[in-house]
Amino acid sequence: MYDNSPWAAFELIARMDPALISIVALSLKVSLSAVAIATLIGLPIGAAVALWRFPGRSLLIVILNAFMGLPPVVVGLAVYLLLSRAGPLGKYGLLFTPTAMIIAQFVLVLPIIAALARQVIEDLWQEYREQLGSLGVTRRRAIPTLLWDARFSLLTVVLAGFGRASAEVGAVLIVGGNIDGITRVMTTAIALETNKGNLALAMGLGVILLSLVALINAAAYLISETSRRRLG
Amino acid sequence: MRFLRRALGGLILSLGLATTAWAQAPFITVASTTSTEQSGLFAHILPKFKEATGIEVRVVAVGTGQAFAIARRGDADILLVHDTAGEEKFIAEGYGIARTDVMYNDFVLIGPKSDPAKVAEAESITDALQRIAKAQVPFASRGDDSGTHRTELRMWELAGIKPGGSWYRELGSGMGPTLNTAAAMDAYVLADRATWIAFDNRQNLEILFEGDKALFNQYGSVLINPERHPHLKHDLAKKWHDWLISSNGQEAIASYKLRGQQLFFPNAE
Repeated sequence: MYDNSPWAAFELIARMDPALISIVALSLKVSLSAVAIATLIGLPIGAAVALWRFPGRSLLIVILNAFMGLPPVVVGLAVYLLLSRAGPLGKYGLLFTPTAMIIAQFVLVLPIIAALARQVIEDLWQEYREQLGSLGVTRRRAIPTLLWDARFSLLTVVLAGFGRASAEVGAVLIVGGNIDGITRVMTTAIALETNKGNLALAMGLGVILLSLVALINAAAYLISETSRRRLG
Repeated sequence: MRFLRRALGGLILSLGLATTAWAQAPFITVASTTSTEQSGLFAHILPKFKEATGIEVRVVAVGTGQAFAIARRGDADILLVHDTAGEEKFIAEGYGIARTDVMYNDFVLIGPKSDPAKVAEAESITDALQRIAKAQVPFASRGDDSGTHRTELRMWELAGIKPGGSWYRELGSGMGPTLNTAAAMDAYVLADRATWIAFDNRQNLEILFEGDKALFNQYGSVLINPERHPHLKHDLAKKWHDWLISSNGQEAIASYKLRGQQLFFPNAE
């Protein structure tokens, strides 16, 4: 696709190569969407498991913790079989689309956010329990307070999920198909260039991906520091 | 938190909008091999096909075994692969309705320049493989049920050798990763010529044996059975199939050159 030199990747960025820009944009879109949806669902799950006692709770915690280590290629295969025309959700025709990639990364990220949020919220709940209880606050009413007071730790939790999503290649390769211009993202492009023996270009793309992830983490850090200082 | 929630809502909304924008121009999904994609052939011919018909082609490039599996489940509209025996079996099983020769090139035996097994002096590919087995020098096999892997196994069978032992390394990877690994351990490897010409990380490797008729590498286009998978875009797939074997399609294939060499030779009837 491009010249094979370590600087080729940066030249492409410098002159805003449209193919590379669209690959970068799709990577961000897929991973940020998956993390956003996993956050919306994972935080309430984490909070619920942290606050309530119910049968099978310990088992659920173990499963959530274990699923933090889901192999991406297994998730990719499972989502592939689910979305394939011969599979249960085949009629929607989602296989080999960005939506399929978001679904796969969502499955990978959800247990990370839910499990880590559970631990953060449970620790805080131990600390607040007596005080909130004496004020007559129910568990359900305590959730917004807990989420708000734990927001800086939870931001780190979300960033851990984003790290997982942006770094994985196994799942998006299977469910996306690495189709040029449609489902090619940074990690699958890096894998492809490595396969073609364009090792220097692949490494350059890798550095660009890492820089992007670093930028997003820096932005998150700045936002949390600013708001922390404002609140005193 | 309110800010966060609003930002997330916006993200999800834009995701929905962007996803609908994707489903516009007519397109087909072609399951094909890594050699056709990685050599750059598709990037050369797809714009010509789109200009002629307005149809966009989305290529999922995998090993031939996986391409058959994708097509069997109804996840691709048409196949372009290189395993004639496998293609005929695919049709006999009722998954495909017809196949046509599209183009060919050949396989080459690659190895370290020092050529410890002296395959450069071999009379035939079977002779070359026998020399490798006798010398017990490392041989890197794809081991991934791809068209190239299937050809390699057929050649070992012709040579009367059941490859095994520490010198025979089954990698379970695509052509590129196998070449990368072979380059790192100075192993012999059977590769399709197109991927080899496009491959950059050669280190000590070079072509040591070529030209045996048994190394012929035929690519075929296979139409999927509409009765088995009625939801597929059979009309559009037929247009692609017909274009590939038309004089325009065949000229487009012949005109693709990399490093001054023609990679695929059209031979539709």
